Amino acid sequence: MNPEEILYPISKPSKGSSGPTWMWRFTKPVIYIDKCTKCGLCWVYCPEATINILENGFPKIDYEYCKGCGICDNVCPVDAIEMVNEYGD
Amino acid sequence: MSMETRRIRKVLSGNHAASYAVKLANVDVIPIYPITPQTTIVEKIVDFVENNEMKAEVIHADSEHSAMAAAIGASASGARVYTATSSHGLLYMYEMIWWAANARLPIVAGFVTRSIGPPWNIWSDHNDYLTLRDSGWIMFFASSAQEVFDMTLQAFKVAENPRVRLPVGVAWDGFQISHSFEPVELLRQEEVDAFLPDPRDIKPLLNVDEPISIGNLPIATDNMMFRESIWRSMERARDYIKDVMNEYRALSRRNYGYLIEEYKAMDAETIFITMGAISGDAKIAVDKLRENGERVGLARIRVIRPMPVTDLVRLGRIANNIVVIDRNVSMGLGGILAREIKSIFYDFYVETPTYGFITGLAGTEVSPEDYIKIYRMVLDGEVEPSTNIWYYHGGVMK
Repeated sequence: MNPEEILYPISKPSKGSSGPTWMWRFTKPVIYIDKCTKCGLCWVYCPEATINILENGFPKIDYEYCKGCGICDNVCPVDAIEMVNEYGD
Repeated sequence: MSMETRRIRKVLSGNHAASYAVKLANVDVIPIYPITPQTTIVEKIVDFVENNEMKAEVIHADSEHSAMAAAIGASASGARVYTATSSHGLLYMYEMIWWAANARLPIVAGFVTRSIGPPWNIWSDHNDYLTLRDSGWIMFFASSAQEVFDMTLQAFKVAENPRVRLPVGVAWDGFQISHSFEPVELLRQEEVDAFLPDPRDIKPLLNVDEPISIGNLPIATDNMMFRESIWRSMERARDYIKDVMNEYRALSRRNYGYLIEEYKAMDAETIFITMGAISGDAKIAVDKLRENGERVGLARIRVIRPMPVTDLVRLGRIANNIVVIDRNVSMGLGGILAREIKSIFYDFYVETPTYGFITGLAGTEVSPEDYIKIYRMVLDGEVEPSTNIWYYHGGVMK
């Protein structure tokens, strides 16, 4: 540590700065594309920005970083997202 | 001096002296919430803004906590920020006080000291302000309206120095200073503009072109390094504050000393150490005692953090007795200044007997006669250095 340097408690946005957070997940959101109306609410509400909107307008989940919080399932107005247990019943 | 360069002298209260300093410092954002005895500072600032004498954003917050939170946001965006509070307002602000220091934001705040209830009160003691002492705020303490004006201007320069980058508090006693009117000489706008850095030079933490977040979760070692970085800045600030005060002294032709103001201490056998408004009574007592041939002096603490360690050690080595007057108490330990000064003396092998008197709490009177009585108690051997003496106006309660 340079004693003359002032350390600021700031961080720049970067992908997966906390590591592969899929490991925190117990249930995983699955999108039923046939029900999806491309409203984009899941994209708006995802707290970790792991949902991207594809060129065709449908959402796609980045399962490398999705923590499985289930907010997208909660906000989906047409029930096109379901949380499924990743480790079986 | 020609007419053009003459400075204005006004009769101002301590609070209004702060308002004028804030106006001259071209502060950008002032988040406020009223509390006695602080309120008249921000009332006057709002007057300035409403009358177009000052261009600033005043944010009427819904609490002191929100006021400091708004100050943090504004300061992070690179604005020059001022706010002020007292007592319970300061305690309500307290979480954000630490946030401001840990985020390294150069906020300047006025703290008009007042007791903490219950029971309800409005009068001064220093326990509210001294809750800042571990937080990373640089802490000034004024004892006259003129000094409030001078220190508030100096505070901006110290806080914004890129090698310091810490918030600075300027405190003064409720009512005794905040609502007492004195002649105050103001600096001219050109003088303040030349003395203070350009507010546009404050390095903003937030920048829309380069998004960052402040205060994200780091690993524990990084977290400790942030605290050490504050510690190092505080140590550097000790010299820098002296530089700023020296520069200001040459500009203003007013001399208060630096971290400590000494009064007839050079040849003193007994030295009082005080802080704030009650130091004036101590000066009168020193003069009266000196008329009778007693070799007494006074050291008034002007900067509590960083602590003026070398000044205190030097005084400890001059004197035969040190008498610390605390207008505060740390329950279960003693007067805060007395206990801190004793621990510094221990570090530097200063063995001078050091007496701690707790007095003036909740605004109780401390007169020159009280200092003379305290002096007699010490010289007549009525008290031990190891005791914390609760001294009321007129004497110790039996």
